[in-house]
Amino acid sequence: MINLLRRIHPQSLRVIALAVVLALVVIFFSTQIDNYFSPRMLNRIATSAAVILPIAIGQSLVVMTRNVDLSVGSLVGIVAYLIGDFLTTHHGLDPFSTLVLALLLGAFCGAINGALIAYGRVPSIIATLGTLALFRTFLVEYSHARTITADALPSWVVDLPQAVLFSIGSFEVRGMVVAALVAAVIFGFAMSRLRLARKLYAVGSNPDAAVMAGINSARVVFSAFVMSGMLAGLSGLIFLAKFGNITVVAGLGFELKSIAAVVVGGVNIFGGSGTILGVVLGTVLVDTLDNSLTRWAVVSEFWRDALLGLLIMTAVAADTFMARYFTRLRRSKTLAPETAPAQTVEKV
Amino acid sequence: MMAAAETRTLGSKVIGFFKTWEGLLVIILAVTLFLNVMLAPQFLTLQNQINLFQLSNEKIIVALAMTLIIISAEIDLSVASIMGLSACVFGYLVNAGMPGGYVIVLCLLIGVAAGAVNAFWIAYVGIPSLVVTLASLIGFRGFARVLLEDKGMGNFPDWFVSLGRDGFIGPFPLAFIVFIVLLIVLSVVLHRTGFGRRVYVIGNNAEVARYSGVKVTEIRAILFVISGAVAAMAGLFYAARLASVRGDAANGFELDIITMVLLGGVSIFGGKGSMLGVLLSILIVLNLRNGMALGNITGHIQTAVIGILLISSVLIPNLVQTLQSTRSSAKKA
Repeated sequence: MINLLRRIHPQSLRVIALAVVLALVVIFFSTQIDNYFSPRMLNRIATSAAVILPIAIGQSLVVMTRNVDLSVGSLVGIVAYLIGDFLTTHHGLDPFSTLVLALLLGAFCGAINGALIAYGRVPSIIATLGTLALFRTFLVEYSHARTITADALPSWVVDLPQAVLFSIGSFEVRGMVVAALVAAVIFGFAMSRLRLARKLYAVGSNPDAAVMAGINSARVVFSAFVMSGMLAGLSGLIFLAKFGNITVVAGLGFELKSIAAVVVGGVNIFGGSGTILGVVLGTVLVDTLDNSLTRWAVVSEFWRDALLGLLIMTAVAADTFMARYFTRLRRSKTLAPETAPAQTVEKV
Repeated sequence: MMAAAETRTLGSKVIGFFKTWEGLLVIILAVTLFLNVMLAPQFLTLQNQINLFQLSNEKIIVALAMTLIIISAEIDLSVASIMGLSACVFGYLVNAGMPGGYVIVLCLLIGVAAGAVNAFWIAYVGIPSLVVTLASLIGFRGFARVLLEDKGMGNFPDWFVSLGRDGFIGPFPLAFIVFIVLLIVLSVVLHRTGFGRRVYVIGNNAEVARYSGVKVTEIRAILFVISGAVAAMAGLFYAARLASVRGDAANGFELDIITMVLLGGVSIFGGKGSMLGVLLSILIVLNLRNGMALGNITGHIQTAVIGILLISSVLIPNLVQTLQSTRSSAKKA
């Protein structure tokens, strides 16, 4: 058993552990809530996870470089509102152009963050704490407290949440869920295959070594924030489609939700490690718990946040203990006399 | 600050001071005060000066404890939730018929316990404070909501509400006096005691501190317990001032509090900063908000101005430094 554990990469083990926890949570609530496996419940969880998933992916890219993006909530609000506002006057805009517009708007705001942090050398927590307030203020001032209503939007946006791409049995796969998943697949693939993405890991695990290796770490950090902004643009568009009615508080507090999903998903907050698959599972786990607790008759729905905090803490504690255990295991393996000395260089 | 003054070779001490962070803050504060006086003659009245503190008393009390935490290279995001939890426990128990005096003690103990929960995970288990306090931000707020659900709680004893609103000594309310006392105590602790020096050492390099025999774990734990207790006290002041509480009391205050500390020149990477800087930054933030309010500028623009101030306070020195280094390297070449 211990030999088997030694052979599995700690990163894969994190994902397996998450999947097991998710399965346990689902099994537990299926015994507690009637009709838990009904299409309605699944759709509810899937659509609420679809809003958070893109920003959680963006957040994970930023966290991998040892930074944090606290402005994503305000960004989601800006994109949802401005794109909604634009659509009320430009009904003819087709879905694809709208998507491009939303991504560009998000990427532009992300570039502001990235420039401040990568080239202005402002610590990310300070810069994005500032832009969190600035972006939200811009939105409040721009909107004059008007609300965007679903009636004023083109019909394709309003119909988007009900748009069904295909059905598996009675479970309908909605368009926006697919959009979020496509983003996850693209980034999941990129993170393991593309050179730029590998640079994210390099900068995060050891910035000095990355610079020595000839990596332009400022450019890497900058692009992480641009991508985080772009993905916030996608979240904003999904948010707009899901709710239809957009006020200036859209996306408020999403930065904490995205960080929670990333941390539960096993991305190291000190940078350098984490997987997109983990982030997807983390997002789904948080949203499953969130939605299940509201329906659970045993505790009042007000227990939701208290239990969520506990879950995040448990996930991180388990992760920390596991990581320590494996480091010790692997060290004992490399120090064993029969193993070759070349193995002392460990890639974790 | 001391080290910076010693290494400075050119110019008099006065010019030296204005080149430090605190000196820059004094200039910003002077400009703010000047503009405020020009803008509104009623600015300098005693009542306005008290009002200026009254509206943010709770935040600035917590900012003092946060200064120690950030200097030790940690962060406590959960303070606003502890404030809310303490306020909600007070509202709940007082309405359940418990005498106010006992409840106040209980609320402070809850603050200590909440701080101890953070301290356990951060100092003893070794999980990053950003993660731990993010989780407890959600968790403690959750407990506050469990208690009050979506109801508001009022019916506080008269003496309690009066404590939050009226002058305690002369025209100064109790929260303001607590702020001054805490400011003096924490300044002395941070700048004049061995404990304070150790906080800086830990902030500069925790590993080195540990090998030098500094009890890193204990000091970290103490700091988070202090932060929890101070936040719980501030929550009680908040409840007293508003004379009612809800589950979302003090929601989002952590960002304002952290902004005040960082603007005061405390490095987010730890090891640097002073109480004087934080005091100046608190005065700047309060006067800016007050001045803008007198000039009919709304809350959101106020927040944005402070956001810009926060970013540029780090960005501009960085840009100047980059400019200087490129110029000097050009000279060499």
